[in-house]
Amino acid sequence: MNDNAGNRQPSRWTQKLSEARQTLVAVFLVLAVMVVLEPRLLAAAIAGFLLVAGVAALARSSRWPTGKNQGLQGTSADTKELLPARLLADALDDPMVIFDREMDIVFANKAAILAFGELTPGMALPLKFRAPEMVELVARVIRDGRASLQEYHERVPIERWYQVSAAAVDRAGGLFLLAFSDRGELRRIEKMRSDFIANASHELRTPLASISGFIETLGGPARNDPAAQKKFLVIMKAQTDRMARLIDDLLSLSRLEMKPYSRPDKLVDIRDIVSGVVRSLENLATEQGISVEEHYPDGRLEVPGDRDELIQVFENLLSNAYKYAQSGKRVVVSIERRKSDGADAIAVSIQDFGQGIPREHIPRITERFYRVDVETSRVQKGTGLGLSIVKHILTRHRGKLLVESEVGKGSTFTVVLPERGDLT
Amino acid sequence: MNRGSHMVRAFDEDLRFLSSKIATMGGHAERMVSDAVRALVNSDAGLAESVIAADAVLDDAERDIDDKAVLIIARRQPMAQDLREIIGAIRISADLERVGDLGKNIAKRASAVADKSQPVRLYRGLEALADLALAQLKEVLDAYASRSVDRLVYVRDRDEQIDVMYTSMFRELLTYMMEDPRNITACTHLLFCAKNIERIGDHATNIAETIFYISTGKQMPLERPKDDEANAVIVDQPE
Ligand SMILES: Nc1ncnc2c1ncn2[C@@H]1O[C@H](COP(=O)(O)OP(=O)(O)O)[C@@H](O)[C@H]1O
Ligand SMILES: [Mg+2]
Repeated sequence: MNDNAGNRQPSRWTQKLSEARQTLVAVFLVLAVMVVLEPRLLAAAIAGFLLVAGVAALARSSRWPTGKNQGLQGTSADTKELLPARLLADALDDPMVIFDREMDIVFANKAAILAFGELTPGMALPLKFRAPEMVELVARVIRDGRASLQEYHERVPIERWYQVSAAAVDRAGGLFLLAFSDRGELRRIEKMRSDFIANASHELRTPLASISGFIETLGGPARNDPAAQKKFLVIMKAQTDRMARLIDDLLSLSRLEMKPYSRPDKLVDIRDIVSGVVRSLENLATEQGISVEEHYPDGRLEVPGDRDELIQVFENLLSNAYKYAQSGKRVVVSIERRKSDGADAIAVSIQDFGQGIPREHIPRITERFYRVDVETSRVQKGTGLGLSIVKHILTRHRGKLLVESEVGKGSTFTVVLPERGDLT
Repeated sequence: MNRGSHMVRAFDEDLRFLSSKIATMGGHAERMVSDAVRALVNSDAGLAESVIAADAVLDDAERDIDDKAVLIIARRQPMAQDLREIIGAIRISADLERVGDLGKNIAKRASAVADKSQPVRLYRGLEALADLALAQLKEVLDAYASRSVDRLVYVRDRDEQIDVMYTSMFRELLTYMMEDPRNITACTHLLFCAKNIERIGDHATNIAETIFYISTGKQMPLERPKDDEANAVIVDQPE
């Protein structure tokens, strides 16, 4: 007698869906109108049509499967008609959700699940999309047959913007479609531009002021002093290098910000990447007088990831350890398998024995331009952007950065990467 | 147990009413908190006003839920899971109503710090803190929708992150106040805002515990399966 949605769904759906079959023509017309009004929705519309066609076919054979693997259990005859619809819907980049008159979810494509997390059939839509304007949109489409929302904004865990179109796919049977199209790129460009002006101009001003000061000195007091000229030119070179580094890092960061949740799907070998980075930074380690120990387990150590980006992550962490924990003389790099939030993951730790980071700074060191000690960072050719880049890359990889640190004893930065990328 | 099927359906409808009210409250509470912080950061008096006005929606919804819950219990005398469902709705709505109050309180302070003479860094910190709390709120409300309890135990861990971050902000604000007494008024308001956000995180944890109780009939375990992440600070807050 519980409110067990799963138990009472099938018959209701079957009934609705067979009604849906009779109205396929109507559905097609509705979708055609949608496409005319909003060409971007073409793909969603086709998929929507095929989906309704597909489920109608299923309803005809009255074999509505229950449980998680819906749609994959039919006979090959059903499968032929059904699979293309779901596959098509799943192949779309844009999230798409179909729901019924009771506002219960009937189907959500892969993109929707990737973007919004769990969306299981039978789940009440307004419980998941709670924003007042979304609730209103859903009510409106049920009443009027179509509706749209200029902007749906989610701030956490990753900031996203969508334009949402809603339409009745089949008013008689009561099936409705929500189609999301990403508006994030536009918004992110705007946000980046204002952030760039706020941060970069401030950061670039210091080296710029210093360079222009030296130019004046070179043209004035030091005009006839070759020794001073030589010295100043070295400093000016250092300042332009610093500006170049800043710009490089800012560009990396903005590239990452443009695609914060497009998830990498190729498998990469973590041991390979980490040991490669240790090799490539051997010079810096020697320069700083640091000896490196490496502990890697045997066996397969693969995660879905972007090779170049992960290299950037470990380069940043390792060079930080070399630069800010020089006094420890020793850095330990290790890889291990572990559970993270209940899922299998690979953890890469970089442990140093330097001066550590005071606890109150730890939650903030991934903020842009945040440094514990500005002067040390400057001497070490830091930009204050390294960990911010690391954080962005890890977000994209659904990974985590853990920081343990004790003042006077050292710090451990641990990167945790899920072994399976399809977990939210 | 032989209640007629129409009885069952009516009861389902009752529960649906409760959960949809919770959804409404959740959506409004989330919006109020994010708008309040935005109003504070951008010194947006109009937005602050609308947050303050929106609080009435939550008060009304909470009252509706309480009334309905009492009616359902009296009329249908539910047992076990059904009863937990109803009691849970009462508890969650009380937490959400408090979240709304805290959001409103933040919005009220927006005008007090409107001159914005404080360093940008402080507002950034406050935003980051609010994002942590909002992420928690979203996680638990999503769990209410999906009824999946597996991730709820981690909500409490992440609440510790909020506490750490709050402590860090607290110290930073104190430093500013000591540097220049003219900062004291504005910084005190910001301090209360940070405290409010930290408490919003606590309410999210309460809700997590309630959902766990609704679904399992048990208290959420204090000890979770160890993740080797106990001592570390997880640095994954959005900027
Ligand atoms: N291993 C470490 N030990 C001590 N402090 C560190 C360590 N890694 C990072 N930090 C601190 O965190 C700050 C931010 O690091 P990062 O974002 O890489 O910027 P940058 O290295 O360019 O200054 C550094 O300036 C430093 O103060
Ligand atoms: Mg660095």
